[in-house]
Amino acid sequence: MSILIDRNTKVIVQGITGRDGAFHTKQMLDYGTKIVAGVTPGRAGEKVEGVPVFNSVKEAKDATGANTSVIYVPSKFAVDAIYEAADAGVDLVVCISEGVPALDMLKVYGYLKGTKTRLLGPNTPGLISPGLSKVGIMPGQIHKKGSIGVVSRSGTLTYEVVYNLTNNGFGQSTCLGIGGDPIVGTGFLDVLELFEKDPQTEAVVLIGEIGGTDEEDAAAYIKKNMTKPVVAFVAGRTAPPGKRMGHAGAIIAGGSGTAAEKIAAFNRAGIKVAESPSEVAILIKTALEKPEKKVKKPAKKVKPIKTQKVKKIKNTVKTKKTI
Amino acid sequence: MKIHEYQARHIFNKYGIPVPAGEVATTPDEAKEIAARIGKPVMIKAQVLVGGRGKAGGIKRAENPDLAKEMASGILGMEIKGLLVKKVLVTECKEIASESYLGVIVDRKIKKPVIMVSSAGGIDIEEVAKINPEKIHRLPVDPIMGLHNFQARNLAYLLYPDRKIANQAVPAIMKLYQVFWENDCSLVEINPLITTPAGELWAIDAKINLDDSGLFRHPELKVLRDLDAEDKAEIEARKKDLSYVKLDGNIGCIVNGAGLAMATMDLVKRYGAEPANFLDIGGSSNPEKVVNAMSIVLKDHNVKAILFNVFGGITRCDDVAQGIVQAVKHLKPNVPIVVRLTGTNEEEARKILEEIHLSTTSSMEEVVKRAIELSGMTQTSMFGG
Repeated sequence: MSILIDRNTKVIVQGITGRDGAFHTKQMLDYGTKIVAGVTPGRAGEKVEGVPVFNSVKEAKDATGANTSVIYVPSKFAVDAIYEAADAGVDLVVCISEGVPALDMLKVYGYLKGTKTRLLGPNTPGLISPGLSKVGIMPGQIHKKGSIGVVSRSGTLTYEVVYNLTNNGFGQSTCLGIGGDPIVGTGFLDVLELFEKDPQTEAVVLIGEIGGTDEEDAAAYIKKNMTKPVVAFVAGRTAPPGKRMGHAGAIIAGGSGTAAEKIAAFNRAGIKVAESPSEVAILIKTALEKPEKKVKKPAKKVKPIKTQKVKKIKNTVKTKKTI
Repeated sequence: MKIHEYQARHIFNKYGIPVPAGEVATTPDEAKEIAARIGKPVMIKAQVLVGGRGKAGGIKRAENPDLAKEMASGILGMEIKGLLVKKVLVTECKEIASESYLGVIVDRKIKKPVIMVSSAGGIDIEEVAKINPEKIHRLPVDPIMGLHNFQARNLAYLLYPDRKIANQAVPAIMKLYQVFWENDCSLVEINPLITTPAGELWAIDAKINLDDSGLFRHPELKVLRDLDAEDKAEIEARKKDLSYVKLDGNIGCIVNGAGLAMATMDLVKRYGAEPANFLDIGGSSNPEKVVNAMSIVLKDHNVKAILFNVFGGITRCDDVAQGIVQAVKHLKPNVPIVVRLTGTNEEEARKILEEIHLSTTSSMEEVVKRAIELSGMTQTSMFGG
């Protein structure tokens, strides 16, 4: 199992005839994602990479039974695209577009609460359940199927961490970016809850950065609700206050949102924080070798569990080779 | 994006929030003329985009036009937290009976606009928030419904038991929320919002921060950006669609992706050096962007070595390598360059770079360590001969 997307996920690409939309449609198809429809108003009847194009999300959904949509439209049109997907009843909307005004997102967030639609992003690289499906822009080949859940506010930094995990034999259940904007549809807490419930996921990597208090809230949530080990990384220890570091959400404002505060919050909650992206894999290894804190079994019996887990990981790596 | 007090006042005025008479001056003589037109004692206020102007001596009272000229000549040209004062605001001086704080922010945690009011106005509200958080009253607003009149009324009465003043505060609160919402602000603040002994309400200060992502629909606000207050290289980078922040170290960093760029800077620090900058070349692999990026980093004379850290995905490593080759040819950098490329078309990239005798490393750690090592060598050769 994985979270949010799997082999059966049927995807609509909003903005499929655009440069980015068309390019990533091919990438996703090559990975094995079931792209069933595309949407560009006024272009119904055309095909992109063999995928039929419709005028609206509703038409695309009615014709194909899609349950997920991914948005590659320019930021000016992204909010409308999100509303359209939600209105058509799509379960998961992944908004790749960057540069959506924060006040628009406040309204979107409020509106989506009254619907069954979950939004990932905006300004997200999307998500991937290795070997099953990829909805987004991340390079598929660096991922491997396995048991580590990865959740991040970043793009390439996530690839860096995933690449190290894969090279060290740790495959992933699902990797997803929640987006680099200050207001996003799905936050760390939502994803942590899903990973905790997912039987495939044995440990979680959380990649945070400066700005806001999402990491602090995640630390408190993990301490209270998670039985699976979590390893964190926080980018921006050297970021100066008051300057936006690329992502709209990555800014230390009014003296709060620093990396130091976030690392301290994780430490207080007993969560290991990696000093560098490559150290994440090392901490994951230690976390999985250690007996789980909340399993109340005598020490002797813990050992077999440990070897079992290592085996499991090896197995999944093998499986991936055949994919 | 931050805008100046005099610009924010102009917006307040347009919405009908009461601001005292005043104009902006760039010379002491202009300040004198404005003071004469106002015909009452005035305040001379330095227009710089940082807080703490008063403590730094950038806000002074002048009883008459001659004194206004004198005060303005003292404030114009002074430096406040590294920023040169080029303009002063000359406003009518109001007698103060009480000072409150009124602001609207985006609360990232609850994902709503929040109106904040406090009767402890006039001083640093962040300090109040830390020491006496109970003195700040917070009202979350439903972003879809907007602010209701009764909510503004409740806040007004919380600040002002006197009905006559509260009745002036209700529209001020409604209008401030309107300013916030209609202009894509990330913050609006009146600190202090004062009452006079005669029972009048005035916004004595005006602060507006705008959401950069919302600027595309506000051309009239986009032009308010004060380019003088920004680093020249940062302005140039923005024009070239690069995200750059200048820092004080000497290891230049060119990275694809904001998170990876920050992590790279952190690693530089971890290995004992300081990053010279944050620079994200973004997701596209356009070689020209690489040339522009290197040109910006090279303008910083503190830079002793430049490192590239590129994780190819959609970005193709060979495209970045082409960009590095072009940049080296055109810019002839006099500092060592080290490159880490991983991912899409990594092998091709390595070959391209070998042609100009640049070796690559495959890990982030290695490239950072190598850059620091080489930056030290530049120093030795410079000072040790």
